[in-house]
Amino acid sequence: MADYKELVLTASGVNPLKCMRCGKCSGTCPSYDAMEYHPHQFVYMVEKGDIEKLMESKSIYTCLSCFACVERCPRDVEPAKLVEAVRLAVIRQQGKNHLKSEQIPDMVDEELPQQAIVSAFRKYSK
Amino acid sequence: MTYSYFPGCTLKTKAKDLDRYARISAEALGFTLEEIPDWQCCGGVYPMAKNEIATKLSSIRALANARDKEQTLVTLCSACHNVLKQVNHDMQTDEDIVRKANNYLKLDTPYQGEAQVLHYLEVLRDIVGFDTLKSKVTNPLKGKKIAAYYGCLLLRPGKIMQMDNPENPTILEDFIRAIGATPVIYPMRNECCGGYLTLDEKSVAESRSNKVMTSAADMGADMVITACPLCLYNLRKNSGVSDLPVIYFTEILAQALGLE
Ligand code: SF4
Ligand code: SF4
Ligand code: SF4
Ligand code: SF4
Repeated sequence: MADYKELVLTASGVNPLKCMRCGKCSGTCPSYDAMEYHPHQFVYMVEKGDIEKLMESKSIYTCLSCFACVERCPRDVEPAKLVEAVRLAVIRQQGKNHLKSEQIPDMVDEELPQQAIVSAFRKYSK
Repeated sequence: MTYSYFPGCTLKTKAKDLDRYARISAEALGFTLEEIPDWQCCGGVYPMAKNEIATKLSSIRALANARDKEQTLVTLCSACHNVLKQVNHDMQTDEDIVRKANNYLKLDTPYQGEAQVLHYLEVLRDIVGFDTLKSKVTNPLKGKKIAAYYGCLLLRPGKIMQMDNPENPTILEDFIRAIGATPVIYPMRNECCGGYLTLDEKSVAESRSNKVMTSAADMGADMVITACPLCLYNLRKNSGVSDLPVIYFTEILAQALGLE
């Protein structure tokens, strides 16, 4: 079994021990309602080594990478980087892409900018 | 003045207006956007992980090209701007990324974050100057109440973007004043529109962009301006608010300069 905690800490560069659990990151998160685990929970669950639950949660795909939690955390914890690192721990595995190219034709419309598709692939597939 | 210009994939396709109006306005204001040869898409989102190297290379190639030409790199799309500035910051501060990226790239001169990256708006503010811009306006947009939409990627993370105060920005409002219109300040101007979740979880993009648009409408805006093709899309298509036009800031700039 891989040591996911070490993996996530190294990839993110985040030190969860800096967190003072003020909840400001989750309070400001625009995806709060669409996340089962919220940014502050990522911080303490990674710290506890409770990574598999996060890996199975759809919260890793509903983060918008908006950097609100990064900007507004008083302790410079950068929770978004943990969400990203947990998601990478999943999609870097064989066959674990969250978005597949055959899904795309049904998703696009006339006005959809290329940027949306490019960004989604960066976030959801390897 | 000539700048290395990184247009980005979307400005060559769905967001041609963002690009076209920026170029003609630049000429009218006395600077030139010289497209970087063989630029490649930046990927649209900054690869945050320390051990992501390959996904940063297209940005680094563009940055190194600007460095070699001793030009400042200018970009227009909020997302490209965010990716290029964050990758450049890595190349200035993260030895491990610098070493690995240079091992891949084998450039004549290794790249270590020497290039300067500016958003087009920063060129207007810091090089052209909003006073000069104002003096070149032939068609002031008097009486227009314009809501500036910053979204996330122009401003955050503030200490890396260094464009403006991330919580109380003024650059777009000052721009709006310079072209003779009246800025509308509204609470949601720097909150996310829902971004790429329009593909994977549309309801998030719908509720986020609805909040932005109703906030601007409630404060009496006649129009919303943005620098980002995906913001434009979400605000137009996903917000459920159809009587408030959303356009690129470069289009309104060209209008004010009498170029449209
Ligand atoms: S805002 Fe920062 S310090 Fe507060 S709970 Fe979130 S990560 Fe912890
Ligand atoms: S980056 Fe993700 S986790 Fe952080 S505030 Fe934005 S959506 Fe929420
Ligand atoms: S941010 Fe967008 S438009 Fe800009 S190059 Fe990258 S993906 Fe394409
Ligand atoms: S506001 Fe929306 S498209 Fe614009 S930068 Fe944020 S997520 Fe991206």
